[in-house]
Amino acid sequence: MGGRESTLVLLDKNGIRCDGRKIDEPRKIMIKAGVLKNADGSAYIEFGDNKILAGVFGPRDVHPKHLSNTDTGILRCRYHMSPFSVTERKNPAPSRREIEISKVIKEALQPSLMLEKFPRTVVDVFIEVLQADGGSRCAAIDAASVALADAGIPMRDMVCACAAGKVADTIVLDVNNEEDQAGQADMPVGYMPNLNKVTLLQLDGVLTRDEYKKCIDTAIGGCKLVYQIQKKALTDKFFENGGNQ
Amino acid sequence: MASSVLDQLKRKEIVDLLDQGKRIDGRAFDQSRPLSIETGVIPKANGSARVRLGDTEIVTGIKIQPDKPFPDLGDKGIFICTAEILPLAHPDAEPGPPGEDVIELARVVDRGIRESGMIDMSKLVLEKNKSVIGIFADNSVIDHHGNLFDACSYATTAAILSCKIPKWEIKNDAPVLVEDHESNPPITTIPVSVTMGRIGEHILVDPNAEEWECIDARITITTNSDGNICALQKGGRDGFTVEQLSKCADIAISAATKIRERLKQTKG
Repeated sequence: MGGRESTLVLLDKNGIRCDGRKIDEPRKIMIKAGVLKNADGSAYIEFGDNKILAGVFGPRDVHPKHLSNTDTGILRCRYHMSPFSVTERKNPAPSRREIEISKVIKEALQPSLMLEKFPRTVVDVFIEVLQADGGSRCAAIDAASVALADAGIPMRDMVCACAAGKVADTIVLDVNNEEDQAGQADMPVGYMPNLNKVTLLQLDGVLTRDEYKKCIDTAIGGCKLVYQIQKKALTDKFFENGGNQ
Repeated sequence: MASSVLDQLKRKEIVDLLDQGKRIDGRAFDQSRPLSIETGVIPKANGSARVRLGDTEIVTGIKIQPDKPFPDLGDKGIFICTAEILPLAHPDAEPGPPGEDVIELARVVDRGIRESGMIDMSKLVLEKNKSVIGIFADNSVIDHHGNLFDACSYATTAAILSCKIPKWEIKNDAPVLVEDHESNPPITTIPVSVTMGRIGEHILVDPNAEEWECIDARITITTNSDGNICALQKGGRDGFTVEQLSKCADIAISAATKIRERLKQTKG
């Protein structure tokens, strides 16, 4: 809201943003699947300056036992930021922000998983943000979804996530840290492309009714780009030479 | 979590009724439960409200005291919002540190107030970078019958609207209270949250406790006095299509108008 005064030019006359991107251009994204030996599935993502690891364990026995559900498997998610991931050292204990993000990530991933096939079990997703930039929850979902696929858990679709926002009165794709601090709105969106379902949606900042619609459409456009990168990460791991499909 | 046979029967009853265009308590799909707002219920607080939304009941108190500003926001006052589901509010509620549901609740209410810019924080500075006025809104859920998001959000908004801000002056580098100089809070807009649940293809405004147990996904949309959207939070085990999200925004914008009129009347 409002933003803070700064000398930073968020959008210049040619429509170029403070980090040199165009308004509909995402930051550089790289995803690698299967990066951890012990985990049943894992992925590493670099999304702009975000560096995030996701590890998946399960389906496995639930501890504590009272959480287990006789009708379906359950999903647990932990989003955690390393103390060295941000400029000022972050206290390693989970903050209220991290607890909320863990919950929204869980609810973003859950619709994609066929956990009903594994009653009385749990799938644990552990996300470690080694270096944080704007949009870390989206990048975390992108990595976690690849890690879940890497673990071989039956899925209806992959969840891809990307934010859109309002910067200098313009709707832009993939808001970075500076734009998040000084911009007018930030809307992270998680999306399942084959099912056309939005599974993560949050907003900080003010948008008109029309901007709301445009922001969702812009973010979904970004999600679809991410989806291709997620698929490539999986084919790179499971089919040598990137696969021929 | 394990759904009993009774829960499944209840869900079937609710869904069957929805397919006939009816809600279990007879409301229209876009109708909130009756809202009652009482302010000034805790005289020792600087502002307070007791809100009932159907059978859900909240008491919110505002405490105002001098504090240090956030390091990167030396020219703004601070606003902190918490929530607690008291153990007397529900048979499943237990005392102890807040769980993820309660943390999300407090953060969603906080985001609606903060992002709307409801309170002009720049007017709450005593000494730049050193001393500012802090507004603390603490929500106590005393009866839990579904949709705490809207109930807490209305209670917080009403309590803020009715609060009086004491006056402090800086003497010898410390804030000193000036007696009998209270002022109204610097209000710029009135945010109104509208929470909707989706059950199958149906979108229900302000789900009650029974509906809340059955929802596939939910969304809270907060709008400001201009009818613009200033905060969103999706939750629940499933998602929304883009078309449903568009419909939800229209419902939220129109449903908020009536509630905003009610909140306006609470101005202290």
